[in-house]
Amino acid sequence: MSAIGTETIEGFGPSGETAQNTRDRLRAGSVGVLLAALASIPLVANDYWLNAVLIPFLIMSLTALGLNLLMGYAGQASLGSGGFMSVGAYATYNLLLRLPELPLPVSLLLGGIISGLVGIIAGLPSLRIKGFYLVASTLATQFLLEWLFNQYGWFSNYSTSSSISAPRLAFLGHDLSSPTGRYLLTLATVVVVTAVAARLVRSQTGRTWMAIRDMDTAASVIGIPVSAGKLKAFFVSSLVIGIAGALWAFAYLGTVDARSFNLDRSFQVMFAIIIGGMGSIRGNFLGAAFMIFLPILLDHLGSGVFGGTVDPGQLENFQKALFGALIVWFLIKEPRGLAALLSRAWTQLVSRINR
Amino acid sequence: MSFFIETLVGGLLAGVMYSLVAIGFVLVFKASGVFNFAQGSMVLCAALTFVTLHDKGIDFWLAALITLAVMVLIAIAVERVVLRPLVNRPQITLFMATLGVSFVIEGLAQIVMGASVHELDLGIVDTPIEIGGVQVSQFDLVAAGTAGILVVALSIFFNKTRVGIALRAIADDPQAALSIGIRLQTLWQVVWGVAGFVSLVAGLLWGARQGVQFALTLVVLKALPVLIIGGFTSITGAIVGGLIVGAGDSLAEIYLGSLLGGSVSTWFSYVLAVAFLLVRPAGLFGEAPIERI
Repeated sequence: MSAIGTETIEGFGPSGETAQNTRDRLRAGSVGVLLAALASIPLVANDYWLNAVLIPFLIMSLTALGLNLLMGYAGQASLGSGGFMSVGAYATYNLLLRLPELPLPVSLLLGGIISGLVGIIAGLPSLRIKGFYLVASTLATQFLLEWLFNQYGWFSNYSTSSSISAPRLAFLGHDLSSPTGRYLLTLATVVVVTAVAARLVRSQTGRTWMAIRDMDTAASVIGIPVSAGKLKAFFVSSLVIGIAGALWAFAYLGTVDARSFNLDRSFQVMFAIIIGGMGSIRGNFLGAAFMIFLPILLDHLGSGVFGGTVDPGQLENFQKALFGALIVWFLIKEPRGLAALLSRAWTQLVSRINR
Repeated sequence: MSFFIETLVGGLLAGVMYSLVAIGFVLVFKASGVFNFAQGSMVLCAALTFVTLHDKGIDFWLAALITLAVMVLIAIAVERVVLRPLVNRPQITLFMATLGVSFVIEGLAQIVMGASVHELDLGIVDTPIEIGGVQVSQFDLVAAGTAGILVVALSIFFNKTRVGIALRAIADDPQAALSIGIRLQTLWQVVWGVAGFVSLVAGLLWGARQGVQFALTLVVLKALPVLIIGGFTSITGAIVGGLIVGAGDSLAEIYLGSLLGGSVSTWFSYVLAVAFLLVRPAGLFGEAPIERI
């Protein structure tokens, strides 16, 4: 895991300060154009696209970002993402329910912070164990949280069915329950959190994380606060994942259901960052796109080509096998993920234009 | 008191069933450093293949032999297509790759052999017998006996045969093993094949216990805490870990479950495992890695 995340030292390249400035301005410009495009999508896209494709994609990107901070930057692998998502969702639900006077963004953030605190507790074993033993210990968090929310009715306000419908989403008097409203809420949250995270990984904190990731023994020898760094990574990561979980429940599903935050979700998030690229902010979006779009695409292809002629159960099995094969193929093809693939393609394109 | 002992014994014997799955993990991890999540789908695939052949009227031993051949073919294919191109990649990538493999195996196995639940009758009478005043399931005793034989056979294989010694060399230091002429890739195929054999045994016993169905893949999740407690690299650890997890699970379900409102067994073994890890970070029998800067 040593060679990842090198994009952060780009500024020290031989290109000089002016080139760096131009590039920064270019990057800022392209991000601006992208944002404008994303914000104007509701003008052209129909509800299906917003509900079933774009909202889950954005939320999955946010979840991937959260896990990537922990796993790609700080090197602490975790399979507890589903659990932290459920903490965020249930915490935000209870805040909206019990403290309705709080504005929505505050409830979201507080839900995230609660999830972050749970993350610190879940991260305590990382001070003592590492590698796959740590992965397995995060599974303890996952199963314990799943059980907790199923077992105790207080979290779901003693609802009789296992899933509870989300309270109405509103901010500054604007109703955000329409697909467009939920999309814009998600987009705004993702943009803010991503901007903060992108700054964070370039700060002292981010450098501490990368030192821990590359070799924690060496990091502790040269005086980097390893324990504090690991716990901070768990806190920030769980905070982001918690916010994503709340959005997943309120902006995407419309219900809070512990079953949608099971181990499969944790695996999905981990796949997203490995396919997208560990230690890369961009990679989260690429990986999330892969994980969300591909099954939809396979679904459409399957029903389009074999529609009616093949038993749907068989089709599902076939999709599963194909999906697994594609994942293996991607892992073999590009170890550093789609982010590296894209930046390589970009470099090639630029050098071809310059020639 | 006799109720306590009965719960304990029942739990210990159930734990042996977890050990069976854990042993397959340990084999692969020892020889290739791969945390093989596909072990569960290999168990399913073996049980499904066997039961499909057996339902067609094929004799028990012949069906077992054909299933074993299928498992060895899968092992060779996995080594060729997945592991070989991924040599020297980070362990987490390999882990993710085995997850992909498990999707492929599960998908294909169910396409070919269907997804319905099959009954599997191994001809073991499952009536409880009484030993020293404690009711013990006969089936569990057979399972424990099988696990015992398997462990003895595997330790003879690892300690006495040429292939086994070569495998231990690879586990110790792959590069040094390569440089003295050990053929890494062939041996990986062998070890995945042996893991396939272990999954066949586990698949038969688990299949007979709860029917051959998709839920068999979930035994992986039960086997993980066993591995953590025992350590990823020790077959003895897998057995001891299984016993601890089995006993802990069934005692917790009775005594803790009534306090907390039931179904604690989904997480109890994991929490138990983490508690063990905090005392011994590499498991009870695992090797603590030495770090150099």
